[in-house]
Amino acid sequence: MQTSVRDRVPGLILLLAAIVFSIFPLVSMLTAALQPQGTIPVGVSWPADPQWHNFVDAWKVADITPLLWSSIILVIGVVPVAALFATMAGYALGQLRVPGSGLLFLLFLFGLTLPREATIIPLYYQIRDMGLLNTRLGLILVLIAAFMPFAVFWMRAHFLTMPKELSEASAIDGATQWQAFTRIQIPLAVPAIASMCLLLFLWTWNTFLQAIVLIDDPSKRTMAGALQNFVGQYSTDVVLLNAGSLLIMAPTIIVFLFFQRHFIKAMIAGAVKG
Amino acid sequence: MSTLDSTLAGEVTGGSWIARRARSGSRGPRLSRGLSGWLFVLPALSVYAAFVLRPLLSTIQYAFYDWNGITAATPVGLGNFQRVLTDPLLLSSVGHSFFLMIFYTILPVIGGLMVAALIQEIRLWGLGTVARTTLFLPQIIPGAAAAIAWVWMFSSNGAVNQVLSAVGLDGQTRAWLGDFNFALTSVGVIGTWLGLGFCTILLMAGIGKIDVSIYEAARLDGAGFFRTFTSVTLPGLRQEIGVCVTVTLIAALASFDIVFMSTQGGPGTSTMVPGVLIYQLGFTESRIGLASALAIVLTALILAVILPIQRFFREE
Repeated sequence: MQTSVRDRVPGLILLLAAIVFSIFPLVSMLTAALQPQGTIPVGVSWPADPQWHNFVDAWKVADITPLLWSSIILVIGVVPVAALFATMAGYALGQLRVPGSGLLFLLFLFGLTLPREATIIPLYYQIRDMGLLNTRLGLILVLIAAFMPFAVFWMRAHFLTMPKELSEASAIDGATQWQAFTRIQIPLAVPAIASMCLLLFLWTWNTFLQAIVLIDDPSKRTMAGALQNFVGQYSTDVVLLNAGSLLIMAPTIIVFLFFQRHFIKAMIAGAVKG
Repeated sequence: MSTLDSTLAGEVTGGSWIARRARSGSRGPRLSRGLSGWLFVLPALSVYAAFVLRPLLSTIQYAFYDWNGITAATPVGLGNFQRVLTDPLLLSSVGHSFFLMIFYTILPVIGGLMVAALIQEIRLWGLGTVARTTLFLPQIIPGAAAAIAWVWMFSSNGAVNQVLSAVGLDGQTRAWLGDFNFALTSVGVIGTWLGLGFCTILLMAGIGKIDVSIYEAARLDGAGFFRTFTSVTLPGLRQEIGVCVTVTLIAALASFDIVFMSTQGGPGTSTMVPGVLIYQLGFTESRIGLASALAIVLTALILAVILPIQRFFREE
């Protein structure tokens, strides 16, 4: 059955409304960011003479370059390690089914319902006692751990779909478990790992609470975390504030536009798989 | 918030895996192999234990003490919990997050359902990609940045007032986030904005999976739009609705980024939510015991809300 086009008009109108609603705040930011500096923009109005160089100024004022580096370093520190750990654990829980894997899985699953606020205060003191306050290493460790529940869950789901004969056959061939894992299982898991890495990248980049708690120096934080400082300094300069915020949003939006199909698929799969 | 979203989105499906395993009754393979397999879990388990489980236990421990983070802590028994359950500010913060559920959960799910039911397929005219991409944008940008966009939208000179004036509602313009009566609702609108696209896409993906012949049969039986909706679409989308509700409820209860960046809980305490209060108590007021007790209550609350919902939407 296909509903006729006419029957769909109300739905399409709703859908268009939802789309406009989703994008409207960003458009509003953009038009404000293009007004002449020092003026007070009003609502959404395309400027007669769009000041694109506002973005250049905001880049300098908000000191975007070190922020960009900082976020990239964090992503490089977090994503590969988290992906490796989770893939190994997912393999053990989903394919090897080590003794006690049901219990272990429940333990990880529990972490999924845990709000960040539940651990953030002791984390501050723990990281301080380790001497890692204000270092990226501290934040990286915390983020890897925070992503483990989802990542292990995700990789376990993948390995459950792999035939058991695969690891059994390689065992007969005399391959060690590690060889079987790196030479047979990982290559087959690449699509699952890649989608997971996209999500991990996004979450690392957008990390806010842990970044503002564990790192004082905004230039060592994530870009999202640095926003807090930027807003504190420029809350009255609407034009620059909007331009700077757009710059801070830009990297994830650009990556998203490139990989939007994969992103959406991964996020939906993460939600409904099983 | 997106972290939490998708993390929790994952959690939703976990239950069925466990159930399935339990049903099939599969056991681990030979023991020796199993033991060395433990080495594979070890790295993930160690970081998780060190930076999630251990601090969680510390939070529970702190909750029974009065501690300012510097001098020695004094045990206060259940005092902090008592405080959480009686102090008007702490209680109202929990109340606010329940109010936010209307905007974070109910509106996006209803909106998403309406769009999905009315359209069913959006592959037409290549609208699909554009629609999906734009609807998903709120999930991609950092919550903190979304808050800044909305602070500007809601400001005196912002687009919300501009639109109101344009339709002749000049009398209704105000600085929304600074208004005691409207600030919380305005924060709620931001939540609706975050969740609407996610729910719409998820529900549309779900409706695409319902067997077309069921709709065919319903139509042949003379079922109207509403009847089809209640007896085919809603049951068919049960799982997806469960995911949407779970993810957005947690977003409402554990909201931090948006409130922290847009209102800091103000004006007064009219938009204070537990997440922001935990931060303020713990890091600016140095009342660590009380902040920890609130964190524990929040966690318990999330579990208490989510687990029954999980069970309900999992039933077949």
